[in-house]
Amino acid sequence: MAKVSLDRLKKQFGASVAVSDFSLEIADGELVAFLGPSGCGKTTTLRMIAGFTEPTAGTIRIGEDDVTNVPVHKRNTGMVFQGYALFPHMTVGENVAFGLEMHKVPSAERDKRIGKVLDMVRMSELRDRYPRQLSGGQQQRVAIARALAIEPRVFLLDEPLSNLDAKLRSEVREEIRALQRRLGLTTIFVTHDQEEALAISDRMAIMHDGKVQQVGFPEVLYEKPANLFVANFLGKMNIFAGHVESPGRFVTENKLALAIEGSGAAATQVGVRPERIILSAEPLGPNAMPGVVDSSVYLGSLIDVRVRLDSGELIGCQLPNSAAAGARPAAPGTRVHACFRAGDCVLFSE
Amino acid sequence: MHIPWARCFHRLFVVLMYLFMLSPLIFVVWLSFFEDTILFFPPSGHTFGWYKKALTDPAFVNGFITSLQVAALAAVCGVVLGVLAALGIVRYRFRGNRPVNTLLLSPLLIPSIVAGLGIYLAYLQLENLLDMRIVGTYGGLVIAHMCLTIPWTVRLVSASMQGLDPAIEQAARNLGANGRVAFMRVTLPMLRPAIVAASLFSFIVSFENLELSLALVGPGRTTLPIAILQYLEFKLDPTIAAVSAVQILLLGIIMLVTDRFVKLSQVV
Repeated sequence: MAKVSLDRLKKQFGASVAVSDFSLEIADGELVAFLGPSGCGKTTTLRMIAGFTEPTAGTIRIGEDDVTNVPVHKRNTGMVFQGYALFPHMTVGENVAFGLEMHKVPSAERDKRIGKVLDMVRMSELRDRYPRQLSGGQQQRVAIARALAIEPRVFLLDEPLSNLDAKLRSEVREEIRALQRRLGLTTIFVTHDQEEALAISDRMAIMHDGKVQQVGFPEVLYEKPANLFVANFLGKMNIFAGHVESPGRFVTENKLALAIEGSGAAATQVGVRPERIILSAEPLGPNAMPGVVDSSVYLGSLIDVRVRLDSGELIGCQLPNSAAAGARPAAPGTRVHACFRAGDCVLFSE
Repeated sequence: MHIPWARCFHRLFVVLMYLFMLSPLIFVVWLSFFEDTILFFPPSGHTFGWYKKALTDPAFVNGFITSLQVAALAAVCGVVLGVLAALGIVRYRFRGNRPVNTLLLSPLLIPSIVAGLGIYLAYLQLENLLDMRIVGTYGGLVIAHMCLTIPWTVRLVSASMQGLDPAIEQAARNLGANGRVAFMRVTLPMLRPAIVAASLFSFIVSFENLELSLALVGPGRTTLPIAILQYLEFKLDPTIAAVSAVQILLLGIIMLVTDRFVKLSQVV
């Protein structure tokens, strides 16, 4: 395996810019997720790394080698496609053998390696089946085995779970992660599913409109989003617009005063995650805003409550459905205080 | 008792439609056994004699061999060129992509008698220019018949190619195959049903073609349909029906055998 470095990568299709100024270092054995809405440039970037798309500018390095102008078949990347792209006229074993044959692995060793990768994904028994005889999850595992059989320098996954149903998705996700850790695979995982990205990655890169918005550890991206896009794409956030009146004090457009932490004199927006808000009858702490419960939705493990503050804003809160909280708290119309710590406020200056 | 009229009518309708479509074939086969030299109904008796005559008449036998050779050559050449053309049209976006596609399909739109005459005139010009014989040669006939076989191939293969997931060939490239190997080992096998169907239909349209060939055949090099036409100019006995019956049987067998390997209904 090898590290991957992208340096000011850019792709332009005619007048539209699909990816611009993408620089990223992916360490040996690291799993990085590219996360973003469709059309954000994540798949284009992956295809540039695999060699299917030629970058307009910038360089791609795998290990120490500059592969920017190396054709696809000499890059030695292992890619798993969204629709699996298995060869329909070949059996499972022949699908896996194809890459080994292309890499001129002698046939005795080829056979051993096919057995090994198929064991790894628990598909050895179905070696003589054709792809059309397999379920979606099994096809997925064959696609993974086929990509890994050639011992690629980088493992690339393009929305590999999007065609599976919800339960299978989390199962396969965990399998991929376990395999990736065990083999120390340098992996790039493209997805539009934030939960998937949070669960699987060492680091993630959030993309929007062809630009990287933020790169970092999942918890950092969630706790300290760099901008409003990241904040809203990863989970939800209540946003208050206003300005910093004095250090530690933010006043919203509706004249609501919030206690904040950190330096951010230029901040024009303050965000609070819904699950960081506590609803209480009595004001707690410096940020305790009176309001009336507007609606309350029971979501099983969570209760989603909307509160209309006296100052006019409608905010969302997520309360755990815990024993301590009792049964459905706060019926609509109840007067409550929405309380949160100054440290839970995220400042944005956009 | 309740009688399901709707279902009865539906069945009756289907049976009648089949009879309507098959009636020419049924009558041709039946006629070929009539004893009388002049078609007469009801026949005074039945005989195999016309088959014996058809299978020994040199005009028919030679015509059959010529047709077979021309159809086979035109099908093979047409399919190779047609696959390449389909590949170009589907894979590469070039200026004039659509006009080229339309042009390649156009022989299907022009009456073949018109196309045949056009090709004949063009051949005459070429003969003057190159000072060599083209009209009445095998080569000239095969090239003309490729106007019939190429459109079939382009249509069938490009439709099939459009249905392929481009990721499959890309997967082959990703696994270390260069463009040519990926095409030969992965894309071409996936196009197999379309190519088989295209070969079959190419062969049939070329084999049975009459109008296009009329002006292009030379002495001693007539195709079977032209031999039939020439025979009809002088006689009207059931020999023709016997020849046709043999032809129907042969094409039917080719269709059935092909269908064993490739489900034609899935391609066409």
